[in-house]
Amino acid sequence: MIPTRRTLLAALAAVGTLASLTACGGGSGSSDSSSGKAGGTYTFWDPYPQFDASSAWGKLVTGCGTKAGVKLKRTAYDTTDLGNKALLAAQQGNAPDVMLVDNPVVSTLVEAGILNKTSDLGLDTKAIQKNIIGAGTIDNASYGVPIGANTLALYYNKKVLSAAGVDAASIKDWNSLTAALKKVKAAGKKGITFSAINTEEGSFQFLPWFWGAGGDLTKLNSARGVAALSLWKQWVDAGYAPKDVLQNTQTTSWQEFATGDYAFGENGTWQLGNAAKAGFDYGIINIPGQNGGSAPVPTGGEFVTVPVQKDTGRYDVSKKIVTCLTSDANLLPTDTTLQYVAPTAAVQAEQVKQNPKLKPWVDAVAAARGRTSGGLGTKYPTISQPMWTAVQAALSGSKSPQDALDTAQSSAQKG
Amino acid sequence: MTIARVDRPRRAASAAAGASGTDAESLRRRHRRRSRLTALAFVTPLLAYLAAFYLYPLYRNLDLSLRDYTVRSFVAGDAPFSGWDNFQKVLDDPTFGPAMRHTMVFTFVSIAFQYVIGLALAVFFNRHFRLAPTLRALFLIPWLLPLIVSASTWSWMFNSESGVVNYFLHFLGVSPVGWLTSPDWALTSVIVANIWIGIPFNLVILYSGLQNIPADLYEAAALDGASAWQQFRRITFPLLRPVSAITLLLGLVYTLKVFDLIWIMTKGGPGDASSTLATWSYQLGFGTLLPKFGPGAAVGNILILIALVFGLLYIRVQRRQEA
Repeated sequence: MIPTRRTLLAALAAVGTLASLTACGGGSGSSDSSSGKAGGTYTFWDPYPQFDASSAWGKLVTGCGTKAGVKLKRTAYDTTDLGNKALLAAQQGNAPDVMLVDNPVVSTLVEAGILNKTSDLGLDTKAIQKNIIGAGTIDNASYGVPIGANTLALYYNKKVLSAAGVDAASIKDWNSLTAALKKVKAAGKKGITFSAINTEEGSFQFLPWFWGAGGDLTKLNSARGVAALSLWKQWVDAGYAPKDVLQNTQTTSWQEFATGDYAFGENGTWQLGNAAKAGFDYGIINIPGQNGGSAPVPTGGEFVTVPVQKDTGRYDVSKKIVTCLTSDANLLPTDTTLQYVAPTAAVQAEQVKQNPKLKPWVDAVAAARGRTSGGLGTKYPTISQPMWTAVQAALSGSKSPQDALDTAQSSAQKG
Repeated sequence: MTIARVDRPRRAASAAAGASGTDAESLRRRHRRRSRLTALAFVTPLLAYLAAFYLYPLYRNLDLSLRDYTVRSFVAGDAPFSGWDNFQKVLDDPTFGPAMRHTMVFTFVSIAFQYVIGLALAVFFNRHFRLAPTLRALFLIPWLLPLIVSASTWSWMFNSESGVVNYFLHFLGVSPVGWLTSPDWALTSVIVANIWIGIPFNLVILYSGLQNIPADLYEAAALDGASAWQQFRRITFPLLRPVSAITLLLGLVYTLKVFDLIWIMTKGGPGDASSTLATWSYQLGFGTLLPKFGPGAAVGNILILIALVFGLLYIRVQRRQEA
């Protein structure tokens, strides 16, 4: 008798707690939406935890809020966290008013149905380069405004190259690059470092070579895809690239290049500040395609988005905030701080005028592609994961490039 | 258990008073009700805690694994019930076999080494030489360090280009090994790191077990001319058996779910050479741009089931020891 009654009481207590928890959740949600139209507090999320409220970026965000007549509460998350945080918040009905997200996440959030179209909000995106906004465009509708773009190129160490007798200008295609690596190794230095880690970063770094061979993401195991993976494998096997590329993030790969031992490092615009501090002369070339020319590189960088709200009256203010953040006058200082290339031709011209070193990056961005562009959308993540697994399998020697990509293709098709 | 102890004297007191009539009867009833309310008051915080932090998450995880969640239905909360589909999908996945195998190898090899080394050290420190307490305390360091620190340190030491392990091998004339970058070595490397982290736990528990073995047994054995090895085999090991069982079973449950160490060192790579059920579950749920909550939760539930089997085994062993 006593045991059963105890269980009953336990169950009642459990239900009581749960009910009170859900009640709390509902309460906070409703108080949120009641916080008026004009005035009040608006929420803003971004993936820049490195900038605090006193930074230029922090001040710009606060300023745009003030201009729109509201208090803008900014929260910074780690970039890998932001996508999942946004999904959870949307599920709980308290998504932020304005959110800055990494571009390949946009299509996932659109698939979840939590972003507004820029056309519905009445935002003007005409001035923005097509290939940059492409990553946030699904079925011909764009769901965000890029704040800036970054991409990949090859940094090279002038001293190492001249010691090995290599002229950077002679590197036009894969063959000449491999030949240069061979010479560097013969001269007792290290060839090239990149990131082939088993995360999205690994795919991001592999794409210039994959696309540079003419590869197609919907056919990973085509001869072109295999050629790109074979190139990387050849480098690792011959010792032109270190084995630890398999563990390298783009940051640790940069640290390797910054030791001064490496001839080349595949890295992004965001390392320019560190490059100046590296203590050696460096140059930048665009990543070559297999048979010459510049390889298409993937675009990086964030989009300003406006998540769906129950209270549609909030959009007017949100729109003002987005317009403020992405106005030409504000883009210039923002992209200078973030070391991004601006998404509009006018601001790009300004940037190059201020810093001529940005010219190769502006060119690279002009030739860049969004990872989720070309109708891939949320198919991209289901392709990217098998792709980085294949890169790892091939470089570590557990599978041949062809076998690895065959496996990747079949698991990408399963989705 | 505490509640039972509170109950007992009261009940005895009221039983003594209950000899005289109805007045005492109602008093006794009031007493009993009040004691039950007190008991409830004591137990409610625990129940609330269990419900909020164990029952509800478990229920949610089960729910996730039994529904066909996409990002859209996750947000809208209208994912259709799909029965065992997620489990079927996970079991059919080519990653499942290797992940299961790696989980088992990782768990059992880790435990075997942790236990043997832990026991050897415990016996060693039980000899009460000078500095023994200090040295024993030093052995606890792996336990005290935050896992992110120890895992990152191991990952640097095992680095194939600039790691200190390969540096020493170089002096011995051995060519460098791709500890974390070769599919043949990655699992071994994470196991080595995990053994190092697990030794203190085994050492501490087994050492305290040794303290409970009466010293006169050893004295008697020594008088009978038993060698050190015979003393260990005939006295230490059999008398340590209950403690050993608990250590091994707890270790099993802890090691099964190790995630952070592997994730920090290899992320389950290269390829899936060191992926276990725990890292795979995380990979599915959070490792890509498009989360697969359903299959991720399914893998998590399989892991919980395996841990549960060992947990029940532990409870059984414990009960048998108490009896």
